[in-house]
Amino acid sequence: MIAALRKELLLQWRTRGQLMAVFVFGAAALLLFSFAIGPNASALRTFSGGFLWLGLLLSSTLTLAESFHAEMENRALEGLLLLPAEPRTLYYAKAIANWLQLMVLGIALIPVMVVLYDAGTTRLPTLLLVVALGTAGLSAPGTLYAAMTAQLKAKQTLLPLLLFPLIVPALLASVKATSLVILGDPMGQARPWIVLLLAFDLIYWSLCGLLYGRVIED
Amino acid sequence: MSEVAIDAQQLARRYGRRWALAGVTFRLPAGTATMLVGSNGAGKTTLLRVLATAIHPDRGSVTVGGFDVVRHREDVRKLTALLAHQNYLYESLTARENLEVVADHLRISRERVMPLLQKVGLAARANDAMSTFSAGMRKRLSFARVLLQQPGVVLLDEPYGALDPPGFDLVDGVVAELKASGATIVMATHQWERSAAMCDRAIVLEGGAVIFEGSAAEWNAGVPPAGPAASRAAAPRGETPPSQPAGRRRSGEP
Amino acid sequence: MRKGYAFILSGVALLLFGSWTGLFVAPPEKFMGDVQRIMYVHVPTAWNWMLAILFSFSCAIAFLFRNNMKWDSRLEAGLEVATLFGFLLCCQGAIWAKPTWGVWWDWDPRLTTTAVLLLATLGILALRSFVEDPMKRAVWSSVATIIAAVDLPIVYFSVKWWNSLHQEQSTPQTVSSPFHLPLRVNAFGVLFLMIGFIMVRTRIAANRLERELAEPELA
Repeated sequence: MIAALRKELLLQWRTRGQLMAVFVFGAAALLLFSFAIGPNASALRTFSGGFLWLGLLLSSTLTLAESFHAEMENRALEGLLLLPAEPRTLYYAKAIANWLQLMVLGIALIPVMVVLYDAGTTRLPTLLLVVALGTAGLSAPGTLYAAMTAQLKAKQTLLPLLLFPLIVPALLASVKATSLVILGDPMGQARPWIVLLLAFDLIYWSLCGLLYGRVIED
Repeated sequence: MSEVAIDAQQLARRYGRRWALAGVTFRLPAGTATMLVGSNGAGKTTLLRVLATAIHPDRGSVTVGGFDVVRHREDVRKLTALLAHQNYLYESLTARENLEVVADHLRISRERVMPLLQKVGLAARANDAMSTFSAGMRKRLSFARVLLQQPGVVLLDEPYGALDPPGFDLVDGVVAELKASGATIVMATHQWERSAAMCDRAIVLEGGAVIFEGSAAEWNAGVPPAGPAASRAAAPRGETPPSQPAGRRRSGEP
Repeated sequence: MRKGYAFILSGVALLLFGSWTGLFVAPPEKFMGDVQRIMYVHVPTAWNWMLAILFSFSCAIAFLFRNNMKWDSRLEAGLEVATLFGFLLCCQGAIWAKPTWGVWWDWDPRLTTTAVLLLATLGILALRSFVEDPMKRAVWSSVATIIAAVDLPIVYFSVKWWNSLHQEQSTPQTVSSPFHLPLRVNAFGVLFLMIGFIMVRTRIAANRLERELAEPELA
């Protein structure tokens, strides 16, 4: 497991230029969203949580798809499987690496959000927690579906098509929790949403780990 | 490992409606080197991939080292190493890192990496990204990857491809060494003369079926310059559809 | 195949009878008037949509455990029927919502869940169309179906919660007795229709699979 994780992190480090590009994409998306609303400061602030997560979601399709590019180029993934390597281990290493990458992206987009939408918050630890759990929810099914679609021709359209309906609960919960953290949460409503996120993560991290072997083996 | 290294019975594998392997049966004793010969599309790569458990057979069965490739897949994987057309390497990693990834996964010491790189002649480029490598260099690196696994059964898919003459010698040397260590080797190749000198046995595939199985010397002696296609032309007239084996010349079976 | 058509025919007959009673015999509902009559089709469709999803889920699990392609044919049928019914549900919901609330969509948790799952099943059908190898197609769609089906309760719960914080709108809940007959008749009508569709569609899928997995002429 450590071996697999090391390799994933090394690969990500080598291709870190791409992460930079995706960050710019995410920031541009956040900017574009604001044009959809107009220069209405309070409206922007109200919807800032939604914009952040939409931006992250769109960016995630790029990073998730990219994470399998290296594996498919020279059939490296098959090579690992034949060593032999346990598919479940490979899954969790990849999912964790994607999760970390998305978290970095999310955290990097927070200042963009703060600046563009005047959406600051004093509850930073909670916000970071929401980002961590939300990106975990994106990464688990995302890694599985990215593995599937990487082997197909229409990979770019299929990945969002399959992923988006699935992560609706995670998206809802993340947006709600983030908005509450930014706009104020007098009744402590953020907590149940965070619990929902946690439940989603636990369910999908286990389920996808179980199913991954069937997806990548012939 | 049992006496018979590879035992294939009526092996069949399809891609869509085309049967790439259409009832392949053969037995290879342990410790032998076998050359796998056939024209392009005859099924050599498919056969090697089934033996390596990269793909599963649709019909029939095969055991490698006594382990069934479907039921004991992991055991077969521990035993075998495949040198494939795709080199199983990461473009953005260096030669050394690529091998270290393999070493880590196999839980063997990273110390083994540099000597192997030296052996395949890539020591000078150990720290260069694989994306800068030529086709021949990638082949050498794939070889190092195979050797790192210390396999009991070695499956080589066109090992001489893309290599220069010194590379050919390297392959010869490596194969000889593997033989000496007792490994069983199956080598798909178009370099007939060269391989016949090194291999004990030969299997000829055509249209997904075995049309010859015997000693390499015997096959080499009987092969006309043009290869198996010409020898088929010399056989009885009439179209044989690809899915029917023309019969095994060696053992006179129905 | 003929049994399937028999189911479809009886389903249509039942539906015709049930809808006739629903439209002309049953009295209009106290608060909502005639618009409420769409419930006679909407509720049965909803029940059967759930059934179709559960059916697909079971086929997916059966396939992964047994590796028998007949489950894949059934899965394909179940997914298509679920997509059809999901689409119908969303249309019926919109038709009900416009005269009642003045908007086409009211984010009702049940309807929203249906919409999300509709997109999910459409996605899986799209996935199927891009995979050529029948075995791989079967494995992947089973995996995707399981993931989507597991998501159904989670989506419902999260949307319900999300919605409750904003709106107080309610959709028709229980139906009182004069309305039972058309509802029950239609429920069976749609059920038979669904069973018939699944049976016919399964046969079509199985036939296609048979052609794809041609028997070899092995020696």
